[in-house]
Amino acid sequence: MIRFQHVHKRYANGRQALADLSFEVRAGEMVFLTGPSGAGKSTILKLIALIERPTRGEVRVAEQDTARIRRRGIARYRRRIGVVFQDHKLLEDRPVFDNVAMPLVIAGRPRREIDKLVRAALDQVGLLGRERDRPLELSAGEQQRVGIARAVVAKPPLLIADEPTGNLDPQLALEIMMLFKRFNDVGVTVLIATHDHHLIDAAGARRIELTAGHQAEA
Amino acid sequence: MSPGPYFERHAQTFVGALGRLARRPLASALIMGVIGIALALPLLLQLLVQNARALTSNGADAFELAVYLKPATEEAAARTLASQLRGRSDLAAVRLVTATQGLAEFREHSGFGAALDLLAANPLPHVLLLTPAENSRGSEALQRLQSQLKELPAVDDVQLDTAWVKRLQAMLDLLRQLVLSIGALLLAGVAVIVGSTIRFEVTSRRHEIEVMKLLGGSNAFARRPFLYSGLLYGLGGGLVCLTLVAVARYRLDPAVRALTATYGQDAGLIGLGFELSLAALAAAMALGWLGAWVAASWQIRHIDPT
Repeated sequence: MIRFQHVHKRYANGRQALADLSFEVRAGEMVFLTGPSGAGKSTILKLIALIERPTRGEVRVAEQDTARIRRRGIARYRRRIGVVFQDHKLLEDRPVFDNVAMPLVIAGRPRREIDKLVRAALDQVGLLGRERDRPLELSAGEQQRVGIARAVVAKPPLLIADEPTGNLDPQLALEIMMLFKRFNDVGVTVLIATHDHHLIDAAGARRIELTAGHQAEA
Repeated sequence: MSPGPYFERHAQTFVGALGRLARRPLASALIMGVIGIALALPLLLQLLVQNARALTSNGADAFELAVYLKPATEEAAARTLASQLRGRSDLAAVRLVTATQGLAEFREHSGFGAALDLLAANPLPHVLLLTPAENSRGSEALQRLQSQLKELPAVDDVQLDTAWVKRLQAMLDLLRQLVLSIGALLLAGVAVIVGSTIRFEVTSRRHEIEVMKLLGGSNAFARRPFLYSGLLYGLGGGLVCLTLVAVARYRLDPAVRALTATYGQDAGLIGLGFELSLAALAAAMALGWLGAWVAASWQIRHIDPT
């Protein structure tokens, strides 16, 4: 599903984030990216979401060489990837329903289908009935679950998450992690960047450990 | 994609844009006001030109020839000549103003009544006022008519006063050019006003656009609500403009009637008419859309999620 081959990434400010990194995530796998901050976890996710481009090397996602995706193709490409952000990036002036529905609206799905899928996604994250609430009326854990519902609502084959439990207490963090596990159980490939070893042990999935842009252990 | 959701999505975006406009009523009203005023100016000038043209062309008596008969001519002879001229095919109307009538009119309008009483005899000649037939109003035909009339024994002089009509027409043409130039500038101004407003709106919704792009929204998708905003600004501005023009017309109408009355006509202002009003409205909307398109496209293309 994801294959990095000899990927280098140097940012415009000269910082070398990734150095000759190679790894693979097979379809249906759940994998954790770990390592201290600055090790390159976020950069990997940004390369997958085409927010950044590699300086050298090849990034393949779903059998597709991402270097071949031009600017105009990025939008369509991103619709097949669910992304969960640490700061969840919800629109605070829109109710929960509109936030979760956005990927479907972007994809041009009909209204009836949107209603059904949004409800299903909110049900999966345990927030059914909160459609009319505004994000700021929700707790941090609930906000993150809205973010997850939004990431999975269009049923993407790949789900990536950047420190999804970073701002949560251990109990909530565990709940969120179990949520990811459940999506993985139904066939979604999941890649999560986190430094929370507790959770990784609890989820019992493979992990890729990074140090300073290198892979420490596979 | 079937047309159903496509239409649905546009309808939703449209309603959303309407909602955003309504949430900031003062700001929206100000923009529409500026657009309305910018559009009203050339339209009012156009109205002026249009009316001046109508006045000069339906004032057929603008092409009047004044035939002054020799002072010695008897009134009976003048009448005979008048009826002879009525037989000519190149004349549409012949009106005889006898010396007595002329004096009476002059006394009434000039205010020199008392002074005129001092005159021993009526100094005015009989005058024939001729209106050429429609097909004889060209300058050559008029010249020919003039020289023919001059050769009649009873005729002293023939005045053909078309120079001022020509001058007026030329001035109106110039004014029309001016309206077009000013109009073009102000129309461009409208697009710029909408563009700068939209630019500001895009900036203030940067976060939302970033999120949209992260979720796979194309530039066109992110741009669409702003295009509707532009369209609505244009529509609102167009309506303000038509209102301003209607008010101005209503206010000016009595003055224009008073003016035309002095020329023996009763004509009020001609309005813009349905077609021109519709065209103004369509132009305002198109410009709003265009301004928004340019500004939003440029801005949105440069918003990249990080």
